[in-house]
Amino acid sequence: MSIVLELDNVTRSYGSGPTTVHALREVSLSVERGEFVAVMGPSGSGKSTLLALAGGLDQPTGGGVGVAGTELKGRTRDELARIRRRMLGFVFQDFNLVPTLTVLENVALPLELDDARTADALQQARHALERVGIAELADRGIDQVSGGQRQRVAIARAIIGDRRILLADEPTGALDTSTGDQIMALLRQLADEGVAVVMVTHEARHAGWADRVIFLRDGRLVDESRSDDPTVLLRHSNSRVPRRIFDPDVEA
Amino acid sequence: MSIRQSLLALLSEQPRHGYELKAEFDRRTGHSWPLNIGQVYSTLERLERDGLVVRGDEDDDGRVVHSITTDGRREVQAWFANPVVLDNPPRNELAIKIAIASSMPAVDLTALVQVQRRASIATLQDYTRARRAADPDDLAWHLVIESMIHQTEAEVRWLDHCENAALRASHRARAARTARAAAAVEPQPTPPATTNPLPASQKSPR
Ligand SMILES: Nc1ncnc2c1ncn2[C@@H]1O[C@H](COP(=O)(O)OP(=O)(O)O)[C@@H](O)[C@H]1O
Ligand SMILES: [Mg+2]
Repeated sequence: MSIVLELDNVTRSYGSGPTTVHALREVSLSVERGEFVAVMGPSGSGKSTLLALAGGLDQPTGGGVGVAGTELKGRTRDELARIRRRMLGFVFQDFNLVPTLTVLENVALPLELDDARTADALQQARHALERVGIAELADRGIDQVSGGQRQRVAIARAIIGDRRILLADEPTGALDTSTGDQIMALLRQLADEGVAVVMVTHEARHAGWADRVIFLRDGRLVDESRSDDPTVLLRHSNSRVPRRIFDPDVEA
Repeated sequence: MSIRQSLLALLSEQPRHGYELKAEFDRRTGHSWPLNIGQVYSTLERLERDGLVVRGDEDDDGRVVHSITTDGRREVQAWFANPVVLDNPPRNELAIKIAIASSMPAVDLTALVQVQRRASIATLQDYTRARRAADPDDLAWHLVIESMIHQTEAEVRWLDHCENAALRASHRARAARTARAAAAVEPQPTPPATTNPLPASQKSPR
């Protein structure tokens, strides 16, 4: 068991006094290598805030965040940016790709920003495109690939250089259901290869791919569902459809 | 009901004996609702009684082959041509529970909904794993497990709706209480007697 991402009692509030907005309150979360965590909750419950804090895009007003064993607190902006580029990648609903660059150049961008040699960056970008299954699109322009393919480009960019943490904020929000399923299959595959994935989603169907689903409400982590819950026995009877049986005698 | 129609449909392809019918039914529904052989024989007896199948002779192994009749074929055609109509609508235990709970102020509806949502999501995790583990060419199983996934997904969406609707209702109730409290401390303008056409007995209570 190796924890690659840790939120320890993290709070993020805006403003002070009676008008304070608590975007996130005392949330603790540890994510292991190869674990796929889905984050659910109503709009405004703090899901995006949680991702931004986990990825060092935003700083908590209380508690601490650790990425691959490195505490983020007290780092300069440059240091944070370097940790981000080495350790983790973000994926958003609207892909955030650069339209004037090719698929390959988009994927290579984070390494180039990190002063890698261009040849080296392009080679790693090719490898990342292979992992997400679209090596053949490398030289296309962004406007020459479909929505699902664009999200694959964004995912390749996020994992380039074998980055170990993938943070995805509603990655299927702009995709149809079956394309969304294919993106879920890809995230699942990356998790099985050892990437820690934290994904915000409001689609139950997509949360079903995760090992663990956490529920936020009013900035608090209120509940979670683990697929290896020890109090649950999976019974198949003589049917192939799994059925859950809650066994209160088993310690959770 | 659907067992009867399904077995009849399988017999419209070719004559079959009981065990073969069970095996075909199980295989073609992805082994999701396996039949027991007793069910198959009792269904065949009823189909025979209704003139939809006829029993043939025993084969060398002592198995009886059943064949479909013309009336049977007509029934198969009708089954495929018409929509499935559920008991209208089927009783939904969860909907009943939530309706009752929402009428009882002592029950914490948000907590109840979350318990249910968590169970539904956990079920989706199980279904998704089962689907991933399956042979991609097993279309029957794929279709059946997707049906379960869609139903469970719809249940979660409906739970979100219940929660939002209950939340809005409680905001409205609070606003109404606040307004009543404010009205109680302010002097009421006396309504002119002539503008109210209703006799006192027909006024709404409260
Ligand atoms: N920059 C900000 N200033 C003030 N409030 C903010 C800011 N960013 C987010 N919030 C508030 O924090 C809460 C959580 O926001 P967010 O994490 O975006 O929710 P979600 O992603 O679950 O919809 C919301 O109430 C939002 O209005
Ligand atoms: Mg958000």
